[in-house]
Amino acid sequence: MRRFFLIAVPYVWLLALFLIPFVIVLKISLSDVALSIPPYSPTLDLSAGWQGIKDFFAALDFENFIWLTGDDLYWKAYLSSLKIAVMSTALTLLIGYPIAYGMARAPEEWRATLMMLVILPFWTSFLIRVYAWMGILSNEGFLNQLLMWTGIISEPLTILNTNTAVYIGIVYTYLPFMILPIYAALERMDGSLIEAAEDLGCSRAQAFWLVTIPLSRPGIAAGSFLVFIPALGEFVIPSLLGGSGTLMIGKVLWEEFFSNRDWPVASAVAVVLLLILVIPIVLFQRNQQKQAEADQ
Amino acid sequence: MNSTVFAPWDDPQEKPLIRFRNVTKRFGDFTAIDNLSLDIYQREFFALLGPSGCGKTTMMRLLAGFDNPTEGRIELSGQNIVPVPPNKRAVNMMFQSYALFPHLSVWDNIAFGLRRDNMPKHDLADRVEEMLKLTRLEKFARRKPHQISGGQRQRVALARSLAKAPKLLLLDEPLGALDKKLRQDTQFELMDIQEKTGTTFVIVTHDQEEAMTVASRVAVMDEGKLIQVATPDRIYENPESVYVADFIGDVNIIEGRASAQGEDTYRIDWAEGQAPLLATSPRPFSDGDTCHLAIRPEKITISADRPEDAANAVQGKVHDIAYLGNLSTYHVELASGAIIKAQTANTRRISRRSFTWEDPVWLSWTATAGVLLAN
Repeated sequence: MRRFFLIAVPYVWLLALFLIPFVIVLKISLSDVALSIPPYSPTLDLSAGWQGIKDFFAALDFENFIWLTGDDLYWKAYLSSLKIAVMSTALTLLIGYPIAYGMARAPEEWRATLMMLVILPFWTSFLIRVYAWMGILSNEGFLNQLLMWTGIISEPLTILNTNTAVYIGIVYTYLPFMILPIYAALERMDGSLIEAAEDLGCSRAQAFWLVTIPLSRPGIAAGSFLVFIPALGEFVIPSLLGGSGTLMIGKVLWEEFFSNRDWPVASAVAVVLLLILVIPIVLFQRNQQKQAEADQ
Repeated sequence: MNSTVFAPWDDPQEKPLIRFRNVTKRFGDFTAIDNLSLDIYQREFFALLGPSGCGKTTMMRLLAGFDNPTEGRIELSGQNIVPVPPNKRAVNMMFQSYALFPHLSVWDNIAFGLRRDNMPKHDLADRVEEMLKLTRLEKFARRKPHQISGGQRQRVALARSLAKAPKLLLLDEPLGALDKKLRQDTQFELMDIQEKTGTTFVIVTHDQEEAMTVASRVAVMDEGKLIQVATPDRIYENPESVYVADFIGDVNIIEGRASAQGEDTYRIDWAEGQAPLLATSPRPFSDGDTCHLAIRPEKITISADRPEDAANAVQGKVHDIAYLGNLSTYHVELASGAIIKAQTANTRRISRRSFTWEDPVWLSWTATAGVLLAN
């Protein structure tokens, strides 16, 4: 009984907070737009009995999914999101790895402080931090003022409302998610492995490439997924920092939902996004599992 | 038998493979190695022995190149190796933690060093197979380090460090992680491999039994200095200081005042109301000098009656018995309260043991049984 209860808790959690909302979204994506509350039809009318249920299912169709393939806005937005997510994951890795490496190599008494510094931005609201970037990157912002004051440029750079600003925003926001798993992998690495590699004839660079990188691979994979998955569906950063040219599926979804009030199409976009995300999520799970097996 | 004794250290013609010349290593204020000079010869199995923090691991790291001396030179085959980085030294090390690469198979671990030398594929495979055979690991070549036992891991580490045929192999507490039985077997295996490959081994250990078993010479260290460097039997039988006598094996130290009594023989007055002891010593003592008689428990005879014509005999009663199975160590309390340990082989069953607690006994030893030390 006790065991049943213990197992039931996570299942109820998953059922209530994942499966039921997903089924609702899926249902809406199969419905039609309607000028009513809620803004779609059909709605399930249980008072009509069996016939009601039959009518309900008969009214569901894949119209909205077919609609998504008809307009090139949607697949362009998916592709553009994928591109931005891949690029920003790569950038985050490029910046995060040296930071994690430096932290793992720092004297023991410094590590807790460095860790604090990485986590510190989370203590401020995410939205405020993104707005702060608007202040930094705008034409009259701090960055341009600084560059013009030092005389590096004479005309202000246009960064805000471009893809560059979106990259800056995503890399800045998700950097801790990249640093922490890589740091964890590097920190538990036995330092004598590097000495052994050098002893056996490796230069410093070779030892790094042949020992450090392979041993931090699980951390790199975990960090990359943790950045890639939320970056793909990112909405706040492109809508605040990106311009009209920035096409991301999160933004499209928001506009369908709130500007067009077309819940069914918005739901269809969300379902497809979820299906795209399932692939990296499954890969991520497998990576975690493999790591757990190797640790035994 | 026509074999000559292996003792290059006694041959003035012999050139040492390794020379420490006035080497000092400081970490901040702490002096890990203090103006130390030492020669190690080719084909030697040299043991660095001492308590933790005595500088033995630092010596090894200096040889491997992970640390550089603050002062002095280290020569390998006559060349100063201080400026040579670790990856360019013909020295390999077997790490205490083994430091096997967890992402590589046993085979690839052993091949790791050979690949860095760009050895042709065919020769490389032959060499790895040879190493696997030497360490009896053929069956485990495809496994990852976490899939084999501790003893097997130890052999992989050995095979990997020997694969490049280094001039010098450093072993840092190589058997520390193994249990006692496996350790003893592995000690002999290590000696066999050392003999087969003809490589010079330098081993760091805090286990004196291990050092005595495997080494051709032992260096006893303390606080960054060499206290004594000699063959295991000389270290045991002829320690030069109380520190060495006490560090290696069990010993009774009796402090007293020496006075000459005939050639090389001294009388030691050591306690009120006790007859003086007699001991020979090649080392001269002046009358009235403080001296320490170091005598091993197994060189003391224990008997019920006072033995005739024994050079030294003292009476006491059995205070404690340490039963080790094959041996028993009797802790005998003298009238003065001093305790002297005597060890005998248990040639009879325990039920027929001659002495038990509180029995009055006599301890006796010859004048040549002990070593007379100044400090």
